[in-house]
Amino acid sequence: MFSERKLELLGFVVAALIVAALPLVTRSNYLLSIGVFIGLYSMVAIGLGLLMGYAGQVSLGHAAFYGLGAYGSAILTLHYGWNAWLAIVVAAFATALVAYLIGMPTLKLHGHYLAMATLGFGIIVRILFNEGGNLTGGPSGLPAIADLNIGSFVFDNDLRIYCLVWPLVLLQVVLSRNLLRSRLGRALRAIHDSEIAARSCAINTGRHKLMVFVLSAIYASVAGSLYAHWVNFVNPHPFGFVFSIELVVMVVVGGGATLWGPVIGAAALTVIDQLLVQLGHVFAPAKDMDVVLFGVIVVLVLLFLPQGLARGLRRKGVARDGA
Amino acid sequence: MQTSELLQYLVTGVTVGSVYALVALGFTIIYNATGIINFAQGEFVVLGGLVFYSLYVVANVPLVLALVVAVLIVAAIGLLMERLAIRPLIRSPVIVLIIITVATSVLLRGAAKLVWGPESLAVPTFSGDKSIFIGGAALQLQYLWVLGLTALAVFGVRLFFDHTLVGKAMQACAINPDAARLAGISVSRMVQGSFALSAALSGLAGVVISPITFASYDGGTILALKGFCGAIIGGLGNGLGAVVGGLFIGVLEKLGIGLAPEGYAGLQDAFAFIVLLLVLFLRPGGLFGTERAEGV
Amino acid sequence: MRDLHPRLLVVACVLGAILALALVAGCAKPQPPPLTGMPPPPSAGQPPAPEGEPIKIGAIFSVTGPGAPLGEPEALTAKMVQDDVNKAGGINGRPLEIIIEDDHTEEADAVLAAKKLIEQDEVCAIVGPTMSGTSLAILDGCEKAEVPLFACAASAKITTPVKKWVFSSAQTDVLAVARIVVYLKEQDIKKVAIICDSNAFGQSGAEQLKLQLAEAGIEIVDEEKFATKDTDMTAQLTKIKAKAPEAVICWGTNPGPAVIAKNMKSLGMQAQCINSHGIANKTFIDLAGDAAEGVILPCGKLLVADALPDDDPQKAVLLEFREKYEAHSGKPANTFAGHAYDSLQIVINAIEEAGEDRAAIRDAIEATQEHVGTGGIFNLSADDHNGLTEQGFTIVKIENGTWVELD
Repeated sequence: MFSERKLELLGFVVAALIVAALPLVTRSNYLLSIGVFIGLYSMVAIGLGLLMGYAGQVSLGHAAFYGLGAYGSAILTLHYGWNAWLAIVVAAFATALVAYLIGMPTLKLHGHYLAMATLGFGIIVRILFNEGGNLTGGPSGLPAIADLNIGSFVFDNDLRIYCLVWPLVLLQVVLSRNLLRSRLGRALRAIHDSEIAARSCAINTGRHKLMVFVLSAIYASVAGSLYAHWVNFVNPHPFGFVFSIELVVMVVVGGGATLWGPVIGAAALTVIDQLLVQLGHVFAPAKDMDVVLFGVIVVLVLLFLPQGLARGLRRKGVARDGA
Repeated sequence: MQTSELLQYLVTGVTVGSVYALVALGFTIIYNATGIINFAQGEFVVLGGLVFYSLYVVANVPLVLALVVAVLIVAAIGLLMERLAIRPLIRSPVIVLIIITVATSVLLRGAAKLVWGPESLAVPTFSGDKSIFIGGAALQLQYLWVLGLTALAVFGVRLFFDHTLVGKAMQACAINPDAARLAGISVSRMVQGSFALSAALSGLAGVVISPITFASYDGGTILALKGFCGAIIGGLGNGLGAVVGGLFIGVLEKLGIGLAPEGYAGLQDAFAFIVLLLVLFLRPGGLFGTERAEGV
Repeated sequence: MRDLHPRLLVVACVLGAILALALVAGCAKPQPPPLTGMPPPPSAGQPPAPEGEPIKIGAIFSVTGPGAPLGEPEALTAKMVQDDVNKAGGINGRPLEIIIEDDHTEEADAVLAAKKLIEQDEVCAIVGPTMSGTSLAILDGCEKAEVPLFACAASAKITTPVKKWVFSSAQTDVLAVARIVVYLKEQDIKKVAIICDSNAFGQSGAEQLKLQLAEAGIEIVDEEKFATKDTDMTAQLTKIKAKAPEAVICWGTNPGPAVIAKNMKSLGMQAQCINSHGIANKTFIDLAGDAAEGVILPCGKLLVADALPDDDPQKAVLLEFREKYEAHSGKPANTFAGHAYDSLQIVINAIEEAGEDRAAIRDAIEATQEHVGTGGIFNLSADDHNGLTEQGFTIVKIENGTWVELD
């Protein structure tokens, strides 16, 4: 048997190998793009996973933070001619501030008040993107956002973006792990198990939850900025309620309170979505049914693995070890 | 602004608000029984309209019969959802159950598109296209149907909860499931009942509004969100509050359009959610709820 | 094992429901004949069946999601074109394969669909997407990959500024508004109100309306918006009514404009109701019913093909397309299906001429002159990747549930 620590290390090495292997086995921009989307969604989902799995709070508006990052980068570089990297950082700070203002009043409350507030907030932000006139380009959005570059090295193809996004994802996982090992992590777990007990141990529950919420908003913002510079176009549509919900589904399907759960959830949902589309080409009756099948698969995963894929698979693995 | 205009905003607002109110009431009933926020609520509205279309327009079933059957079919779909998707997982964390409702809504929406196609479908008004003019404001006859049936439904639900044994049992489950079980009430039956009742209310909303807004497979999300706002503004878990909250949002939206400076009417969809945030920040128990947010 | 039992029941029920749905869907839609089956036995007078490796064209349409009412007819059109081309002997003797991807009206899915078509399927050109947002999201990807893209969406941003590899077949709102302004001047209408959808189509129209109406000296007394899924527009119209315009111009796609037409009627508004080419289909008339009577709109000539004079260059093409589409799909033809038809025809002509090389196809598309399509006569050039003029538009009035061309 492995110790917990060795198991973690092993998991990390395996994940890093998988990430590194994809560009070696394929040069297809299609597969690499799927990889980039999984990476971007993972960046958001990891933050959301911390919030849901450890702080015990749900956000139904994380698409808004992703959108704030994307629009922040687009507006600062297009309208004001800022350096793209600086724009990413400033957009992330601005998003953090917004998250702080939303989180402060609601996280003190009990129950799913953050969920409700973020739901409303997410929709308002999406409407503001739409009604922002020339600043946001209105419903048609802002085209011709420049590629990222370091000197003369331009991140102008999918492989390069892939190689930019995934190290960031792995870095996030390491940060999350260290965070959970820290004082804050222990406090969070205490909050998750029993908020009252945590408070009686002099843990400032509101502040800890707020910190995680702001951190998750920053993660989402950076992912959004990278999306904008990769696709070179932003419009309000991708940052709406539907995507917020998809993110929560990723975390729940993958497993919130696990290190890799959100990444696995992001990968599973993206890949299933693509496989279903392909299934329609092979098997005609499945055409137009991919949306229905998607709903069915999510229901079935949760029926059989209510703890999420990451923990569910691991539990099955452990059971096998024991046998 | 003239009074006739103001009156018109109010009339339209209350009518649209009635639909939000029925959805909000549906949310509240399921929330009280299970603690779940049911994101498939909007799909019940959509299915109500679509099933009614098939019965009333395609199959030429008489109005009242079509209305009743459509509502019953949607209630049955609610029951089925509870049986297939919720009950096997009822002991899971609430967030898993909420995601199940999201997945169910995706599934129902996809199925509705397969059966009824992507286009909106026209449903004739129940009693002609005429309007009555009161104080300069036009009142479509269909508005009267919406208002009347909503009032009837809300009144009926109230009677049901206060004066029938089943209704009281359902309330008991909402207040304390364990105690209810000790008193010999089948909690799972009551959960099932709450899904059926909630679906029926939303189905009814879908039926009565379909002549005004048409029946379309993807109209549910925004109705569900507005209804959700209504439920929270009224104080989540408070049935009467939900109804008032829904009406409030309807009136606010339409007044907002009337009062907004030129070119800003596009923000109308945001009004409901801005009020939602204000209520959560300033009076988290809801406008009509008790201050229980800070409690345990 | 006991707790597994209800779950298995669930699985069984769900599978049963899916099968039932597949049946319903299968029966509801006439199944087109199999696309790649046994070649029909050659008979006298028929062209020889195409042979060899298929020539692949990619298509991205919004078959599901909010764009479905537009995307579904486009997908049907693509299947129809593939059948017809192969029945007529293929492209230069080789079979045509149109690979249709559904982008669910989602930008991210459109991006992936484009890359899949370019990399996995190695198509020589892409037709679509359906919507402006999804089109704009994949422009840069196609530019970088150097693949010709022939969009079916109306936003002027797709082809202005001109991008080397990107074309569009939809009539832009610039031309539609121009046609309306001509009508307003003819009718001597001086005061109008506009009410536009808050989506890309509606707001792009609003922008053009404000620009061109100001140039024409026509006053906009009120400007309102509605959300695509709004259930009732009485409030906006009450505001408009108070300003007493002579005409109300509405810019959106179904069902919004139908709700507006009905609300105008129930409010007893006398103003003329003018709409965009976004409602140029039978659905609008079905939805609005009596309220559709008297509504004016600019549209492609497809709707009034029967009534066109015989010397109209488009008449033959329009009637042929309409007949083929209705026979293939069992549904009335509409303008959006026409966009897909035009895009595909131009691309196929280019492939016939230039072969499978993407750059050569692009050049051949750009050199397309006097192509008679459903949306108008296309004259593409290095400066104009849309190639349509007002010629393709006509202005019609809805009377007795059908469209009557105004002179």
